[in-house]
Amino acid sequence: MRRRQELLLGALGVLLALGLCEAVGRAGLVRRDYLPPVSEVLARAVELAGDPLFLDGIGATVRAWALGLGLACAIAVPLGLLLGSVPVVDEAVRAIVEFLRPLPSVALIPLVSLLLGSGTETKVALIAYASVWPILFNTVYGLGETDPLAKDTLRAFGFGRLSVLLRVELPATAPFIAAGLRISAAVALILAVATEILAGFGEGLGIFIAQAGLATDGTRDVLAGVVWAGALGLVINSVLVWGERRLFPWTPEHRGER
Amino acid sequence: MRRLKAAAARGPLLRWTVLAVAVAAWQLTTRTHPSVYFPPPTDIARHTHTLWFSGPPTHAFLTPAATENILPSLTRMATGFALAAIAGIALGTALGRSRRAHALCNPVLQFARAVPPPALVPVFVVLLDFGTRMQVASIVFSAVWPVLINTADGVRNTDPLRVEVAAVLRLTRTERLRFLFLPSALPRIFAGLRLSLSLCLVLMVFSELLPGTANGIGFTLTDAQSRSDLLTVWAALVLLGALGYVLNTGLLAVEKRLLGSGDR
Repeated sequence: MRRRQELLLGALGVLLALGLCEAVGRAGLVRRDYLPPVSEVLARAVELAGDPLFLDGIGATVRAWALGLGLACAIAVPLGLLLGSVPVVDEAVRAIVEFLRPLPSVALIPLVSLLLGSGTETKVALIAYASVWPILFNTVYGLGETDPLAKDTLRAFGFGRLSVLLRVELPATAPFIAAGLRISAAVALILAVATEILAGFGEGLGIFIAQAGLATDGTRDVLAGVVWAGALGLVINSVLVWGERRLFPWTPEHRGER
Repeated sequence: MRRLKAAAARGPLLRWTVLAVAVAAWQLTTRTHPSVYFPPPTDIARHTHTLWFSGPPTHAFLTPAATENILPSLTRMATGFALAAIAGIALGTALGRSRRAHALCNPVLQFARAVPPPALVPVFVVLLDFGTRMQVASIVFSAVWPVLINTADGVRNTDPLRVEVAAVLRLTRTERLRFLFLPSALPRIFAGLRLSLSLCLVLMVFSELLPGTANGIGFTLTDAQSRSDLLTVWAALVLLGALGYVLNTGLLAVEKRLLGSGDR
């Protein structure tokens, strides 16, 4: 199947899905204010794009997302390089990491909001905690996959530990770090929205959704918010995938698909 | 070789020593500098015991607080995970078998996956009201996508040569599914299941954290938070961490069994 055919079919699929939702919304299976037709939801979503208050909310969510993700990178990449290049340290902290990682990060929301209040710090801290893991593990894994020949060659020429790390290991690990970053970006968005929904006040996309959910016939607004959340996730993911393809076109993940 | 063996023996020892030292350091620090927010580990352990595991032997030592909060959470999560796994594998196989169907659904799937799951929970609250139905629905709706997309990819990438061989051998549809497509997609399916298991745990907790729920581990957490009962908050966190660890280890064991060690 050619690329154009695929795109056409995809567009048809979107139309079909929209039509189906519209039909369900209009058929009266569920009360209309519970599940409004898609056309109304989309109209509301477009309308929201012109609402400066709503856009400020989106801005607040994206800011917290970016801050948290940046913080996670600043912690996870150096730590991953340390763990990956010094096996003793890796062994030593393995048990602690194995105990911290499976903890679902949303469960930390109550504790962290007791500690830090329910402002931006809480959001950023939780986002950073949740998005540290994928980046950290990908960094360690990527270091392990570095070509040993290149490392040995450089060492034979008398380069020190640090320059081997900077010249060979870091560039070889970069695609893995980028893939971890992409996973973390989705996790960070989940945490941003989840924290906001639970906080219930302040500004942000999650807060918009939570407050609309409390209103008597707010489903249209809730769904419009969900459309925005999905669009945000989609844009973030596409940008990161595009960036990865441009920066690291040789990785097997991106070689095959065109 | 001997060095390798020595290193392998040293690994776990080092690991557990460091963990023990960390916990001991926490204990010492919190004993000498008491803090409301960071209780000593021994207090947390004692509190966990009295809160949930000091019941009568006839109830497997579970207290009423445990049966009323931990069991419903686990049931909801198990139901949600099972439904998401079944739906994801079935729909994913169907989509993976036809290039056309895959191209048709792909953009919609990508959008559905991009929506951060907590954003959908308020929608389910409006549709189904608070309670188990809403919670299970939001778990299923969030956890189904990784399984579905991974299964479809796995089935799609079945070795074409083997598909042709199956055609030559005139295997029936069910035979092809049973002996060709599912086995070759299994590693991808498990990768999807692991993702969706951790999503299930997240959504289970999240849907119980919302005001309006009446029981569950997440409810215990918010309830303790509102009373500033830090010990219970920490106990619930430890419980959830242990739960996450056990579930993930269990799924990995099943995966190892089904996939075999030499297969991949």
